[in-house]
Amino acid sequence: MKLVYQDIDKDNEGGVALIPEEPEDMWHAYNLISEGDSVRSTTIRKVQTESSTGSSSSNRVRTTLTISVENIDFDTQACMLRLKGRNIEENQYVKMGAYHTLDLELNRKFSLRKQEWDSVCLERIDMACDPTKTADVAAVIMQEGLAHLCLITSSMTLVRAKIDVNIPRKRKGFVQQHEKGLAKFYDNVMQAILRHVNFDVVKCVLIASPGFVRDQFYEYMFQTAVKTDNKVLLDNKSKFMLIHSSSGFKHSLKEILQDPAVMSKISDTKAASEVKTMETFYTTLQCEPAKAFYGKKHIEMANEAQAIETLMISDKLFRCQDVKLRKEYVRLVDSVRESGGDVKIFSSLHISGEQLEQLTGIAAILRFPMPELEEEDSDGD
Amino acid sequence: MSRHRDIRNMDYLDDYDGYDDVYGHSVEDDYYISPSNRQFIYNREHSTRSSEGDIKEEDESEAQLTDLEKTKVESCIDQIKETLGSISISRNDLINMIMKESFNVEKIINTILETPRVQPEPVKEKVNIQSTTAQSELPTIKVVSTPKTATNVTKGFDLPQKEARPPVLTPRSQSPSSDRETPTNLPNVDASEDLKTPKIRENKLDVQQVYQKERGDGKEHLYMVVIGHVDAGKSTLMGRLLCDLGQVNQRIMHKYEQESRKLGKQSFMYAWVLDETGEERNRGITMDVGRFQFETDTKIVTILDAPGHKDFIPNMISGAGQADVALLVVDATRGEFETGFDAGGQTREHGLLVRSLGVSQVAVAVNKLDTVAWSQERFNEIVAKLKAFLKQVGFKDTDVTFVPCSGLTGQNLVSKPTETELISWYDGSCLLDVIDKFRSPERPVNKPFRLSIDDIFKGTGTAFCVSGRIETGCLTVGDKILVCPNRESAIVKSLAIDEAPQAVVFAGDQATATLSGIEMQNVSVGNVLCDPTSPVQVASQFQARIVVFNVTVPITKGFPVVLHHQSLVEPVVVSKLISQLNKSTGEVLKKHPRFLGNNTSAIVEIKVSRPIALELYSECKELGRVMLRVGGVTIAAGLITKIIL
Ligand SMILES: Nc1nc2c(ncn2[C@@H]2O[C@H](COP(=O)(O)OP(=O)(O)OP(=O)(O)O)[C@@H](O)[C@H]2O)c(=O)[nH]1
Ligand SMILES: [Mg+2]
Repeated sequence: MKLVYQDIDKDNEGGVALIPEEPEDMWHAYNLISEGDSVRSTTIRKVQTESSTGSSSSNRVRTTLTISVENIDFDTQACMLRLKGRNIEENQYVKMGAYHTLDLELNRKFSLRKQEWDSVCLERIDMACDPTKTADVAAVIMQEGLAHLCLITSSMTLVRAKIDVNIPRKRKGFVQQHEKGLAKFYDNVMQAILRHVNFDVVKCVLIASPGFVRDQFYEYMFQTAVKTDNKVLLDNKSKFMLIHSSSGFKHSLKEILQDPAVMSKISDTKAASEVKTMETFYTTLQCEPAKAFYGKKHIEMANEAQAIETLMISDKLFRCQDVKLRKEYVRLVDSVRESGGDVKIFSSLHISGEQLEQLTGIAAILRFPMPELEEEDSDGD
Repeated sequence: MSRHRDIRNMDYLDDYDGYDDVYGHSVEDDYYISPSNRQFIYNREHSTRSSEGDIKEEDESEAQLTDLEKTKVESCIDQIKETLGSISISRNDLINMIMKESFNVEKIINTILETPRVQPEPVKEKVNIQSTTAQSELPTIKVVSTPKTATNVTKGFDLPQKEARPPVLTPRSQSPSSDRETPTNLPNVDASEDLKTPKIRENKLDVQQVYQKERGDGKEHLYMVVIGHVDAGKSTLMGRLLCDLGQVNQRIMHKYEQESRKLGKQSFMYAWVLDETGEERNRGITMDVGRFQFETDTKIVTILDAPGHKDFIPNMISGAGQADVALLVVDATRGEFETGFDAGGQTREHGLLVRSLGVSQVAVAVNKLDTVAWSQERFNEIVAKLKAFLKQVGFKDTDVTFVPCSGLTGQNLVSKPTETELISWYDGSCLLDVIDKFRSPERPVNKPFRLSIDDIFKGTGTAFCVSGRIETGCLTVGDKILVCPNRESAIVKSLAIDEAPQAVVFAGDQATATLSGIEMQNVSVGNVLCDPTSPVQVASQFQARIVVFNVTVPITKGFPVVLHHQSLVEPVVVSKLISQLNKSTGEVLKKHPRFLGNNTSAIVEIKVSRPIALELYSECKELGRVMLRVGGVTIAAGLITKIIL
């Protein structure tokens, strides 16, 4: 994302202008814009024109509109952000108060005004505009008959393809059906890689599975690549990496991102560091339960005692429509930071963010044990 | 809400609001009293006496005993059982008798044998059996805490079960969770009573008759899963057994010998009988369950040769789910047994899994004894370790047999040993005899038809076949069936067991059905074929009572796990921790615990991303069990107690 202009006053009121440059920026914009904000951008509007003869025709025109956002919709697969709201600046085509739906577009500037810019929003802008991008990683997590092809960017993990086919088991005297089924499955996975992985941006393709599936697949893919003289695959052979995972389900990504070999290769991506923090949380819960808590009530109590060492919070909590509630979360984040704690805002699109979201969306590792909290009935569950 | 459209579903906050109203209280009411955790794990330590007021007097005689007396009583009971097999006298009467005869075992046995067995009215009898056997399974006083009045027996897991339904006597249904005895010498009253109770299926009498007619005079069919740590020699042992029984054509065996030598893997030639895929043979590792059938004097046995490698446990689970009994193979080689048995080895995990999946009889083949010169000490050392472990997992001592053998050399497999070192200290049965002595289970043929699909493949022509174990009921060619969870109907064109065509197949059979009227891509592994008039349940959210094994990190709300249900493997989320239970009494210790650590027991709610076919444990044990795994490790076993959605 490119920040073209920023004007936020002392009272945290003001606006910014941003240019989304890649799909992931739409995700940042989604997390940045709230109901009630005003957004200005160019858009396409269908307008009715009446000719002098009285016949009307409808035309599509490009125009710049400013709307007060009422509804926000994000399509993860297409990375599309759709904002719906009322027009608040009279325009030659659109009346005040008329509804319009803005689709934010790549490489087109949009301006965003907020009544109040809080620390979480500002941090999001910083994150979105950080030029030191971590490399994109593709991961194929597979087991016999099931494969997930995921694309991991710094803030998103997107499942680009899921291959789920039935492979007949081995049966006495009929192993061919099994072997044929496998070959077909491998072919499907290979096609998915060719279709979805852009080797210009992807620096590393992880192939993970239990057993020997990954080895067999790798062998199959490169044998086929040689046979068909597939340059793309052959040129990028060095980007492939084989790793163990316990299953072909998406949540096995967690294991892969913890694998030391992978860690060293993809360095410190957000996804991997989130996985690590989550793991630390669970280990603490196992060894020193009085130092690991989740759920708003417990966390707030721990924060009052200035006990929070690491706060994990899902970005989903900041997307809530309830302004008051959002403010509470922002205050919590600020307060933890003030007392020297570390705050990690998890992306709800990453694998551990998904898990955190299920775990009330908020959890913390404490500096010192607070057994008294354990007595308190949690609101988490 | 629209802004959440494409973000992962499940809005927590909304969800949470309704929580207390919907589930908060019913939980306690329904599950307050549950039988002990025998369901999963046998744990001597919790054998404390309960002081609850609702215990029937009959227990009191026991409660009054001193510790010394108790120990003596236990040893008497053990001795009596050893002599008589299992007994049909309630534990309490037995204790009274023991006290009366002041621990004179001889006398007691004579009294028992002389007393003509009184046949009380059926219901009572059942209750007695349950209590007796519950106790024999747990030779400590622990059971006292399970109230034993007729109504109380059915509490806990059995609560929703129709009161009058008699126990189904399959060893397989003897999960650790079952209160019932394996079917040895139980009076036949139950089975015959069963027949007379109508209700479950209109034509159930007919079914039983047909079953008798079809199967009555033939040998009983037994499914045996072969389990153990990787490279314990499971496939070799089975391959050799089959060869020695003449089940494998000599020409083929010769071919295997030649080809395996070419690969430099001649030591695997016998394993090739069961390891059939190129990949398995090249690597010398079983990856999926291999099957083979053979006969003993009294039985037709289908072996399910499970893979031992950690990564293939999902396949092992689907094999074990179809088995009546298990053969645990351990490598006696120094160091190797230990590797398999120590934490992280599959000997333990497999043992735990088969028990949790309802297998109650196990034979242990102490294999590769040739590598330790048939040392008796080594054998005894292994036996001692495994005995303790298997008991802890929930196998009764009487249901565990140990056989020293060597698969590679063929020692003590189908006939008495010839090795002098072995003969010098062993004169027990050979492996084949041990297998023959497994007790065949009673098949629940009267219940509505259920088959859990394990495999789908093309048949001849355009038709396609599904295979799997018939859990309950029976299936006839021409029957209309329902494939769940999609609820698509289909017609059974033909049936087969092990390639042999059949007109009708029954509960317990591992059958192949050719289906028509349904597209192959609409059927998947883990689907359940059922009787359309009495279909299986379909759920995407349910409650289960789980027992957590040794875990490295605790289970919390929102914990993603892999659910195994028969052959179905699905990613699920533990969406709520409802209550933590006392492992032995089932009493609620804590509502809404924050997390579940090692060896805890709890009621949890599980959310599946797409609906699956299942049953309440109380309705159908086979389809009411689930295993939870994370990162390739089994973390919990559970019983489905309530369907929510
Ligand atoms: N010395 C000796 N070696 C044996 C014996 N039984 C098996 N082996 C060897 O142990 C190795 C493993 O045998 P398998 O039968 O493949 O073992 P497995 O338990 O089926 O292994 P997985 O299915 O992969 O778990 C082979 O090299 C066998 O030759 C035995 O009784 N004595
Ligand atoms: Mg094997």
